[in-house]
Amino acid sequence: MQFMLLFSRQGKLRLQKWYVPLSDKEKKKITRELVQTVLARKPKMCSFLEWRDLKIVYKRYASLYFCCAIEDQDNELITLEIIHRYVELLDKYFGSVCELDIIFNFEKAYFILDEFLLGGEVQETSKKNVLKAIEQADLLQEKTETMYHSKSFIGYKKAY
Amino acid sequence: RTEIAEYRANRSVVPRCAVPCPARPGADTTAIMPAVSKGDGMRGLAVFISDIRNCKSKEAEIKRINKELANIRSKFKGDKALDGYSKKKYVCKLLFIFLLGHDIDFGHMEAVNLLSSNKYTEKQIGYLFISVLVNSNSELIRLINNAIKNDLASRNPTFMCLALHCIANVGSREMGEAFAADIPRILVAGDSMDSVKQSAALCLLRLYKASPDLVPMGEWTARVVHLLNDQHMGVVTAAVSLITCLCKKNPDDFKTCISLAVSRLSRIVSSASTDLQDYTYYFVPAPWLSVKLLRLLQCYPPPEDAAVKGRLVECLETVLNKAQEPPKSKKVQHSNAKNAILFETISLIIHYDSEPNLLVRACNQLGQFLQHRETNLRYLALESMCTLASSEFSHEAVKTHIDTVINALKTERDVSVRQRAADLLYAMCDRSNAKQIVSEMLRYLETADYAIREEIVLKVAILAEKYAVDYSWYVDTILNLIRIAGDYVSEEVWYRVLQIVTNRDDVQGYAAKTVFEALQAPACHENMVKVGGYILGEFGNLIAGDPRSSPPVQFSLLHSKFHLCSVATRALLLSTYIKFINLFPETKATIQGVLRAGSQLRNADVELQQRAVEYLTLSSVASTDVLATVLEEMPPFPERESSILAKLKRKKGPGAASALDDGRRDPSSNDINGGVEPTPSTVSTPSPSADLLGLRAAPPPAAPPASAGAGNLLVDVFDGPAAQPSLGPTPEEAFLRFVCKNNGVLFENQLLQIGVKSEFRQNLGRMYLFYGNKTSVQFQNFSPTVVHPGDLQTHILSGLGHPAPRQLSSPRGSPQTQVDGGAQVQQVLNIECLRDFLTPPLLSLPVTINKFFQPTEMAAQDFFQRWKQLSLPQQEAQKIFKANHPMDAEVTKAKLLGFGSALLDNVDPNPENFVGAGIIQTKALQVGCLLRLEPNAQAQMYRLTLRTSKEPVSRHLCELLAQQF
Repeated sequence: MQFMLLFSRQGKLRLQKWYVPLSDKEKKKITRELVQTVLARKPKMCSFLEWRDLKIVYKRYASLYFCCAIEDQDNELITLEIIHRYVELLDKYFGSVCELDIIFNFEKAYFILDEFLLGGEVQETSKKNVLKAIEQADLLQEKTETMYHSKSFIGYKKAY
Repeated sequence: RTEIAEYRANRSVVPRCAVPCPARPGADTTAIMPAVSKGDGMRGLAVFISDIRNCKSKEAEIKRINKELANIRSKFKGDKALDGYSKKKYVCKLLFIFLLGHDIDFGHMEAVNLLSSNKYTEKQIGYLFISVLVNSNSELIRLINNAIKNDLASRNPTFMCLALHCIANVGSREMGEAFAADIPRILVAGDSMDSVKQSAALCLLRLYKASPDLVPMGEWTARVVHLLNDQHMGVVTAAVSLITCLCKKNPDDFKTCISLAVSRLSRIVSSASTDLQDYTYYFVPAPWLSVKLLRLLQCYPPPEDAAVKGRLVECLETVLNKAQEPPKSKKVQHSNAKNAILFETISLIIHYDSEPNLLVRACNQLGQFLQHRETNLRYLALESMCTLASSEFSHEAVKTHIDTVINALKTERDVSVRQRAADLLYAMCDRSNAKQIVSEMLRYLETADYAIREEIVLKVAILAEKYAVDYSWYVDTILNLIRIAGDYVSEEVWYRVLQIVTNRDDVQGYAAKTVFEALQAPACHENMVKVGGYILGEFGNLIAGDPRSSPPVQFSLLHSKFHLCSVATRALLLSTYIKFINLFPETKATIQGVLRAGSQLRNADVELQQRAVEYLTLSSVASTDVLATVLEEMPPFPERESSILAKLKRKKGPGAASALDDGRRDPSSNDINGGVEPTPSTVSTPSPSADLLGLRAAPPPAAPPASAGAGNLLVDVFDGPAAQPSLGPTPEEAFLRFVCKNNGVLFENQLLQIGVKSEFRQNLGRMYLFYGNKTSVQFQNFSPTVVHPGDLQTHILSGLGHPAPRQLSSPRGSPQTQVDGGAQVQQVLNIECLRDFLTPPLLSLPVTINKFFQPTEMAAQDFFQRWKQLSLPQQEAQKIFKANHPMDAEVTKAKLLGFGSALLDNVDPNPENFVGAGIIQTKALQVGCLLRLEPNAQAQMYRLTLRTSKEPVSRHLCELLAQQF
């Protein structure tokens, strides 16, 4: 996979992941072009299209479009399921994920993606394993955050 | 702030993703999921994001961002040291701003500081920032690499993974230089955690893709292959991607992966849908891994080991069988995952192209999908069938679906699906169905989307040419193309029809008649005027007998379009007019009138003006004979690759060319390109139609095998496929040019250029041969040898060497047997002519007997005296021949001097004639030569007479010289 883009129906980019080196200018150009192309397509159309020398695989979930660019020999259907598995991961993590979750917790969306895909290839397909990795991280974080909170909590209580 | 509150309060009413959640553990997941505490974790960030979202205008957003940037800058610069949490929060804000599309020029240092934090989330944000905002500042890179190094060495798997993710996300050369050597070690270390191995494998893959030279192959490669056997499916999944990439460049090193991949695949394919637990996806066991394994196997030919092959074929059959089973779930995810494996299986079957049974089964399976209700499946089936059409085993099976495909072209609502259908029709086309397919494509063209019209036009033009049995059909098709989609008919297409009509006299009359009729339409496309103008100018005479298309009618028809046309077309029409004057003298007065009109003679466009002036003068000044010569019918066009095909290839990229080609067409298909009589279609055999598609024209510039001797190489080089167009003149032509000159390029093709510099004095000559390697690979064991007839002695003065004086002074310097890509080596030959000879040295070195000419000046009376002395019939050789080149006295003189003889003025009473004399010097004897060349400009002929004391020399010199004029 060369890159993955998440954008809203209004064309706002919500997540971008590039697995090939490109300049910022080129990235912006590609994004603009693809968002336009994909948004112009009608609902019943097929999920694949040829674009430059790449294949675009996209799918819409509620207000969000998930769009992947793959190479000629890559498998379209399995890419469609990569998208779906990523959505499932987000869903499981956020609990009924919605666009706002991804906006407000964009860094989490990136972390989950990194556990699932690395360098443009599927790293771990087991939902359980991916979430375990993220939750472990969250546990580590919770420890530190509980410290923060407990501090303020204690402070608050004392003042009370 | 209200938005956040609202966001939290309304979580459940915000439109949800349409995700089926098969097993959601309780409705209050949100409450126990750490995500919420995470949101609380960086309240400042959430507030900021919310503010941005509330901005009513772009200006307001920029203002808010600038305020935030100023705030962050002051915090970073402030005296008070920031704690990790604040640093993380600000870095995260900067990241958000950057991802919104704004430039960020600070914060890198703070992000780098976060890398060495021992709090996981701080480190994580630091790495995310670094991955997204890669910076080329070398000091920063040093610090980043240091942090990564520490984490890799930390033995803490989560930290190690973070570091590996960062390397994989950045993937720069600098990262490669720093870590490419360490990662293989981590990957195969016995004590690495599974998650670390997975990250390491894909991290290495990314580095290898970016800079393969930095990843050292070594004993680790064997251990990587064995990861295919790993207990952990995730490790296998990651490792397969790496192996697939590595084995492309080093197939032999990874060959053992074939049997491992087959057995792994076999285990997955035959497992029950629940065996693999979490690696089962909607009742499909390990779809991602299966697809990757099938992809890996496509890097290799079919397994040699019969047992492995049998097992693999069994797998492929199982997949095909499962496709027929009723679905285990109605969910699209189930069918997608299952079909992803099926399509990859079909790709592998096509790749092997050796199991007719499987190919036909695959084709039948795809045939079912052609009418599936899922658009995606129809699209993929059309795409996949395109490649099946190119296999000789399945071509016929694909053809049975022609009606479905034509129907798809007509009825599919999605243009990308219609495009696939057009591609498939193109791929399945052969002589048996060409007429049907071409007519369907023409019909489709009338309503086709603008974006793909040009491509359809090109395809129709190619098919019509390739499968034309009778050329009237071809002409009709192209004229239809112009009629239906004139704007999309590129120059290549209409040039091509002119070339073909010009080269085939059996279609010229029909073409003239058809364009004449087409031009009668009240509004016809300008391209039609161009084609019509050209064809009538050449072949209008063929229909002039019919009073309905008599010359004046033809002319007035063309001229009625003249004023509506562009300058280029009008220029073409002017040429047609002057050709008409030659074809039909009765139109002369009318046409001269047109040319004389002020609108032509004083046209603002220089080209038109010049043509009008020149043609008018030509028609008034030149005699009928001259006119007939100047305006003669165009000679046939040389054979070459169809320019249309070249264009299609350019449009579709190099990959498409082979996809569009089928490499299986009957041998007659390439004839048409050159205008040779087509033969009826024969059995489908792999055939040389490839050259029509230009594939053979570009043999890979592979280095000759190291074991090949020099002779072999040269044979290979010179005996390249006949169809291969040489870049320069053919070797024979080049050789002939050297008769009258000493320096130049002797031979050139894609691989090799041989240049020659030579000098001759008396019976001695020295020749420098320059061998230039035009490829990028080294020639090995390169040693050209010269085989010469006995009468010519050559010494190889020096072996091959790079042009350097040293080589000249050490006559037998060590021979250079390698020629680097792009380099040139030099060989020096000393040549001694022992006696007269006729055969040039093998390798066709341009050493001909005339090289040993000594020019001899003599007065007229001496000349005639000697001429008479050589009056025996066998001493004279004479040739009368037609001029092949323009008859120019100066050029002729130069050639005669280059030939080696002296040129004698005032000898021949006719000043137009040339007379020369010289002595051929050989070691054994001297041969006096006299020559006389009498040009006849009127008849475009020459008479050449040679008299020498030796009969074969006379004849040989006469032969050699006669070919020069």
